[in-house]
Amino acid sequence: MAQWKRICTLDEIPRLGARVVERGAPPNIALFRTADDQVFALLDQCPHKQGPLSQGLVTDTHVTCPLHGWRISLVDGQAQGADAGCAATVPVQLEDGWISLESSHESH
Amino acid sequence: MTAHPPLNSLQPRPIAERTRPKLVVVGNGMAGVRTLEELLKLAPDKYDITVFGSEPHPNYNRILLSPVLAGEMTLKEIILNDVDWYENHDIKLNTSSRITRIDRVLRQVFSADGRVEKYDRLLLATGSTPFILPIPGHDLPGVLSYRDIADTDAMIEAASRYHHAVVIGGGLLGLEAANGLRQRGMTVTVVHVMPWLMERQLDRPAAELLKKSLEDRGLQFKLGCETSELMRGEDGRVCALRFKDGSTLATELVVMSVGIRPNTALAESAGLFCHRGIVVNDTLQTFDPRIYAVGECVSHRGIAYGLVAPLFEQAKVAANHLAEYGIACYKGSVTSTKLKVTGIDLFSAGQFMGADDSEDIVLSDPAAGVYKKLVLKDDQLVGAVLYGDTADSAWYMQLLKDAQKVTELRPHLLFGQHHLGDSGHKGETQASSLPDHAEICGCNGVCKGTIIKTIKERGLFTLEEVRQHTKASSSCGSCTGLVEQLLASTVGGAYQPADGLHKALCPCTDHTHEEVRKAIREEHLLTIPQIMTFLVWKTPNGCATCRPALNYYLISSWPHEARDDPQSRFINERAHANIQKDGSFSVVPRLWGGLATPAELRAIADAAEKYAVPTLKITGGQRIDLLGVKKKDLPRMWADLAKSGLVSGHAYGKSLRTVKTCVGSEHCRFGTQRSMALGVRLEKMLFGMWTPHKVKLAVSGCPRNCAESGIKDVGIIGVDSGYEIYVAGNGGIKTVVAQFLCKVASDDEVLEVVGAFLQLYREQARYLDRTVHWVERAGLDFVKQQVVEDLEQRQTLYERLLFALQGTEDPWTEIAANPSHLQEFEVMSL
Repeated sequence: MAQWKRICTLDEIPRLGARVVERGAPPNIALFRTADDQVFALLDQCPHKQGPLSQGLVTDTHVTCPLHGWRISLVDGQAQGADAGCAATVPVQLEDGWISLESSHESH
Repeated sequence: MTAHPPLNSLQPRPIAERTRPKLVVVGNGMAGVRTLEELLKLAPDKYDITVFGSEPHPNYNRILLSPVLAGEMTLKEIILNDVDWYENHDIKLNTSSRITRIDRVLRQVFSADGRVEKYDRLLLATGSTPFILPIPGHDLPGVLSYRDIADTDAMIEAASRYHHAVVIGGGLLGLEAANGLRQRGMTVTVVHVMPWLMERQLDRPAAELLKKSLEDRGLQFKLGCETSELMRGEDGRVCALRFKDGSTLATELVVMSVGIRPNTALAESAGLFCHRGIVVNDTLQTFDPRIYAVGECVSHRGIAYGLVAPLFEQAKVAANHLAEYGIACYKGSVTSTKLKVTGIDLFSAGQFMGADDSEDIVLSDPAAGVYKKLVLKDDQLVGAVLYGDTADSAWYMQLLKDAQKVTELRPHLLFGQHHLGDSGHKGETQASSLPDHAEICGCNGVCKGTIIKTIKERGLFTLEEVRQHTKASSSCGSCTGLVEQLLASTVGGAYQPADGLHKALCPCTDHTHEEVRKAIREEHLLTIPQIMTFLVWKTPNGCATCRPALNYYLISSWPHEARDDPQSRFINERAHANIQKDGSFSVVPRLWGGLATPAELRAIADAAEKYAVPTLKITGGQRIDLLGVKKKDLPRMWADLAKSGLVSGHAYGKSLRTVKTCVGSEHCRFGTQRSMALGVRLEKMLFGMWTPHKVKLAVSGCPRNCAESGIKDVGIIGVDSGYEIYVAGNGGIKTVVAQFLCKVASDDEVLEVVGAFLQLYREQARYLDRTVHWVERAGLDFVKQQVVEDLEQRQTLYERLLFALQGTEDPWTEIAANPSHLQEFEVMSL
């Protein structure tokens, strides 16, 4: 059984925004909130040049990397359009307004 | 609850087959399939689709038959939609199946191989057929036309067995066929009835240059010759041509390429109105409302197009109506021609021959192999022929399409836009002369060979597609002109530069920047969701292109009323610092006019030490850049800097960046004006001004111009009697010298003119237009009229700017003082 740890409440991430969660060692985890309050988590590095996805612009269920504009799906981490690559997804839970991550997790 | 969407939403939904209307497509070529692609984008599940094609292949790129013939590509490489594509989209494909009859009452089509299919909507895309001269011997073995894969195969096969070929027809396709056969080792003579080659695309001087260049490649020509008979040899095969004057020419292969005719036989037999094509209205509908038609078989407003670009435009409109959106309208196409013969650069468009009421501007340098002719009418470009140097073809095409007045451009129109950037491509301006390994895009390291290979293999037609697939021209854009040339010379006339005036803001909408702005103004829209609802955006919350633009349009249209949306700003403007490649940020405090006090320098040094800033750098705009700051340290660093009065330098935003100054008459023995004082005044006035793109100013105290005012968005040069104001310069990708706007006598007037100019830019430019791009489009005369001549308008603009800038706060202080804004910078931990 995975151990879930509460990180923050939904309100602590702006709609169409993101927050950074530091782990013991890099890379960080990026938490995203969509316009309709879905929450997704990815490792905070773009498959292209490791840009911090948490700093990108969120649209629908995608984030656009701030460095070179790759568009990454929040659902499965896949690069969109003509770009090929995949950001690692991280399991995340949203329950009673609380967002939780696995406390000792491996990236998927 | 998990944040992932429930699994069942990812599974294909069962489709109720019987309830879907049936769409039948007759013709499996580029026009028909492109229409399906456009339709699937709009309404993927709307129809049960069946396609009939008479050829045995899936949809392939007919334009690239010439490279296949020339041995530069293989058949496999030119397939656009393979069989899997049809399967994946649930489209029934019938190849080698020619439709021979349409029953419009029963709404059924019948194929030669006995198939019957019912339709609710029918799309005819039957293309065209080569015209065969009705002369004796036209049906002999060894006489071919040039239209499809079968013809190409037959020519390749013939080239392997025979040595002598004749191509009848010196048009675009005929010359490409001749070149291909020559490449395959045949001796080739082109016979053409007209006095010069490609007379429908070229005037005589350009055609002469083309002929010479093709002769250098080993082709032979017989011009002004009319063929009267094809003669039969002893083996039953064609053996010679006989001309009207009685002379003959021996050959083993004849390729007839004398034009195409819209293929209307099927439509006519079904009683559809045809006149030099299947007649359609502006929605691509035929006289039977259930039947649409697109492509070369169509006659629209009396024109049947034989090039691929119009087909794509038609496909978009037809798809829109098939999807029952009902809002698209096809008004005809302006076409251009490019010859796809490797190493020959040739372009023509519009009314290139000229007429009594038009004027020609001509440059002719036959020794250098360069010829350019522009045809002007009523101060507009109406036609162009370029040979040898086609670097500016995209620009001319745009001027033509946009019907833009060229009065101001006229003195240098012939010399082109020089829209290439100044660096990153070793000064090369002609892509055709470069070897395959030449680097075209200096930002992303993409070479010519890679770009051409990708265009061919992926079947790309637009600049945007090339950018997505190769990354070339997608960063600074300096090489865009070269990439456009490569695209044009690879796919020929299929490449059409985007319509500059009516460009949609982004793929989320069909509305232009101007239409969006108008709606914001007239409907008093105050939020991004309001805009998206009112203008029926196609995506739920836009994309990274439209959201920042909309946010800017809102706050510039309704200052103090529309609220800024941080989530629609690029990270730099949200974090008030400049993101670097490793995710750290750079911090640039404002040094007004480039001046600093010892206390300020000390504060910067202290902050650099305290936050372990790895790099300190003096910028080109006379500021100090602290590079490598962690995002979470930003608010505390700003607070420290603020204690010495330092504020944000906005080195990160689409905003006023810097006002660069020389020391001026305060110290300089040559100075005529107090440039530092004026620079500081300007910078303080414009502090915190958001603009469509970054804005840089400079003030020099005398014409020696040490502050480099000539390459700034606004450059001011002091002279003894006052100031000269220059605008729309640029020192970046493409160096553009600023243009003289006006001369004024006092500092106050400088503030008013500059303020009015920048407000006009803020109100009228498209998001991400620098002043140079905007002035190029709006015209300097218009700008002068608004901010120099019309004093009342100048005053109004100036006041609107001052109103917008009222109460501008330093973003650093604002964030530090407002705990709710600090969240952006806080990091959580696991």
